[in-house]
Amino acid sequence: MDLDVVGLSRLQFALTALYHFLFIPLTLGLSILVAIMETVYVMTGRTIWRQMTKFWGTLFGINFAIGVSTGLVMEFQFGMNWSYYSHYVGDVFGAPLALEGLMAFFLEATFVGMFFFGWDRLSKVAHLVVTWLVALGSNLSALWILIANGWMQNPVGATLNPQTMRMEVSDFYAVITNPVAQAKFVHTTSAGYLVASMFVLGVSAFYLLRGRHVEVARRSMTVAAAFGLAASLSVVVLGDESGYLSSEHQKMKLAAIEGMWHTEPAPASFTAFGFPDQAARKTHYSIHIPWVMGLIGTRSLTGEVPGIYELVKLADLRIRQGIVSYDALEQIRALKGRGPVPPELTARFEEHSAVLGYALLLKRYVDDPRQATDAQIALAAGDTVPQVAPLFWSFRVMVGLGMYFILFTAVFFYLSAKRKLDAYPWLLKVAVWSIPLPWIAAEAGWIVAELGRQPWAVEGVLPTAVAVSNLGIQAVLITLIGFVVLYTVLLFVEMKLMMKAINKGPEPDHAASPGAASPLIGATPALRTAPMISTE
Amino acid sequence: MILHTLLDYDVLRFIWWILLGVLLVGFAITDGFDLGTGILLPFAAKTDLERRVVINTIGPVWEGNQVWLILGGGAIFAAWPQLYAVSFSGFYLAMAAILLALILRPVGFKYRSKRDSVKWRSAWDWALFVGGFVPALVLGVAMGNVLQGVPFRLAPDMQIFYEGGFFGLLNPFALLAGLVSVAMLVMHGASWLALKTDGAVAVRARRFGIVAAITTIALYAVAGLALWGFIDGYRITSEIITTGPSNPLFKTVEAQAGGAWFANYAAHPWTIAAPLAGFAGAFLALLGLLRRREGWTMIFSSVSISGIVLSVGASMFPFILPSSIQPQASLTVWDASSSHMTLFIMLVGTCVFLPIILVYTSWVYKVLWGKVDSKEISGGKSHAY
Repeated sequence: MDLDVVGLSRLQFALTALYHFLFIPLTLGLSILVAIMETVYVMTGRTIWRQMTKFWGTLFGINFAIGVSTGLVMEFQFGMNWSYYSHYVGDVFGAPLALEGLMAFFLEATFVGMFFFGWDRLSKVAHLVVTWLVALGSNLSALWILIANGWMQNPVGATLNPQTMRMEVSDFYAVITNPVAQAKFVHTTSAGYLVASMFVLGVSAFYLLRGRHVEVARRSMTVAAAFGLAASLSVVVLGDESGYLSSEHQKMKLAAIEGMWHTEPAPASFTAFGFPDQAARKTHYSIHIPWVMGLIGTRSLTGEVPGIYELVKLADLRIRQGIVSYDALEQIRALKGRGPVPPELTARFEEHSAVLGYALLLKRYVDDPRQATDAQIALAAGDTVPQVAPLFWSFRVMVGLGMYFILFTAVFFYLSAKRKLDAYPWLLKVAVWSIPLPWIAAEAGWIVAELGRQPWAVEGVLPTAVAVSNLGIQAVLITLIGFVVLYTVLLFVEMKLMMKAINKGPEPDHAASPGAASPLIGATPALRTAPMISTE
Repeated sequence: MILHTLLDYDVLRFIWWILLGVLLVGFAITDGFDLGTGILLPFAAKTDLERRVVINTIGPVWEGNQVWLILGGGAIFAAWPQLYAVSFSGFYLAMAAILLALILRPVGFKYRSKRDSVKWRSAWDWALFVGGFVPALVLGVAMGNVLQGVPFRLAPDMQIFYEGGFFGLLNPFALLAGLVSVAMLVMHGASWLALKTDGAVAVRARRFGIVAAITTIALYAVAGLALWGFIDGYRITSEIITTGPSNPLFKTVEAQAGGAWFANYAAHPWTIAAPLAGFAGAFLALLGLLRRREGWTMIFSSVSISGIVLSVGASMFPFILPSSIQPQASLTVWDASSSHMTLFIMLVGTCVFLPIILVYTSWVYKVLWGKVDSKEISGGKSHAY
């Protein structure tokens, strides 16, 4: 990636999105876990469950605040750094974002205040409804943003309007029911549930190891183990669904993840390990598992999974077809909406309009794609290969961790069913050390999905290099540095506060005594100097 | 799907222009008072307890309020994609300043009370001041620039080129507009604090509110005169096609001196209601502060900022974002919107969800009704910040 405006803008978007995505999965899962705990409290009336609700709710709140503010950055960045993108696909992409605001953000953000401030002002049931509405809001917001993101991966239900020179919605139902978006939604929310489950398991294990807050810890672990096992199974199954869908809609992404340079005779093998070399277009020292790739990609023993070489050849052809469509488009646009468009021109435009985006790949090399030389077309076709090595590795990290999570949550589910959660201290230590792992898997998942989409902003429709705003390099550098500095400070502060809240532990639940729920009053000097989490 | 043709394209465009106003007003009224409260924090509250009282007046509601801004961004993206693309990339560094300032707020609210150190808390107090002041100022400055026309041009393929730097935004008229924005939000924040607190904080808030209301009236008047005397308006010179494709380059436009931005008020006298509400609301809020009628003060202050925001839109109609260097590229209501179908779908979504949002937001304010008590804060009840 060159450090020009495109490269810096991509870097800024990736860093702010990855950072935002540190907080979102925990919000998604913890909101539901907290709501489950409060439901138990309301149904049984046992105050320990309220104590648990408040404790995990406090951690939820610390996390939620940064999620909201970094989300605002995401909402604004499309227009700031990707103005041609915003113009070109705003008619389709903007609607889910606006609906996300209307349906989800207002819900979660309005009721999250009630969650914290409403304990004394609301009845038990009303407060429970508030908590569930926060959880519903968070999860609805994931639905809409993944419908938007799913459209970037698989742009259905839209056509290019030559008069306005942008994509416009032709079938909104198709945009909402996009299979890629559906699979992504369940995969991503499950990942969020898993992050939260592993977080609750790890923190509770820390308490059990220390012999503190044992009652709260044990109950929390029981809830989290069951929830986490369901989530980890769902993550992997829906991850597989995503892989299958990529073989349909994003063949290049799948080939790059695989480091699969040549089409293999069906059923293709899966490369379990190796060192992909982009320059040589080869994967060194690779270890293959026969048949598996063919099964994942085509769910058959006869379907072919195309390799990178073949896909580049296909891209070359599509660029040439795209140029024909682009030429017709320019002629239609030259009429400036005055007078009728000759039908043969429309026909020529529409014949290959599905691959018109491929002609735009040439804009990096030549202003008018129609003037492109064969060499430039070859270069542009070569650009359709994403960076193979990071995809190859991120994918393997994600999948390996996914398998580990199934095993891990299954073990804890078994232990909690047998009421033996504290029988094996070494397992509890593993749980504490496992807290960061689902975050690593989630970030790796983002890298696979979005780096794998390159060079496209919208797959096959709009190249990233064309989508960017015409900004000066200094302006982007200034904001990039600004975000990195501020975000780093915030991350540091957030982690300290989280650890402090964890060290302090749940407040004793004496509903009558004032000060019980205050996070401020209880912060005695002794607790403030207490050590951070360790497996001691 | 042909449902969307139930409403004509030009009708939908006009409705979405109105809704753009509704969103901006919603943001200015709700997030406006907590931005204003943030600006007043170091001045209206002196002791730590007072400052916590002030923060707790907005603590339960700022997150919901800020969603108006997020929704504003999303709705402009969906309904006016060109406006979103040109303004957010053109005002690039200004937008980044708003974002960086706003990020300080949530963390400020949450983290300030988590440690006892005086230095820690006072640092966050000033962070909260910046988080209120910078967005208030910059959004006003942006409005001031929009009224003058913004130096952008559109290439034939609709690529956007912005040819003014960050410092070009800081011209005298725009700064004046920025001060109007700060003054009105301080007035609004002070009205809120007068309503939600008592004792020394309320007394100081009232004092700041009185000054801010007078300042708002004076600066708004000066800005109006400057707009009349020094700022060119714009006029579409080609035939106005209200149902055509959203391509700004299909029309011709010229700049026009001599109060062109006031032509709408002559053509449609009822639109004078907007600037009148701006003045009258601020004046009545001033009376309310003097007479200690806090509920009414809050209402009139809301009327005033709504009037001021809407007067900008009414002056410029049908222009939304004029271009100073390629007037033809100016974005108008008739050529910068989304497609017919998207506008319709979004309208359905808005008609379903906006009333629901208003209902539950009102319910939350009702639950939280009443003054924030300093005893309650120091007693640590109900999870105070």
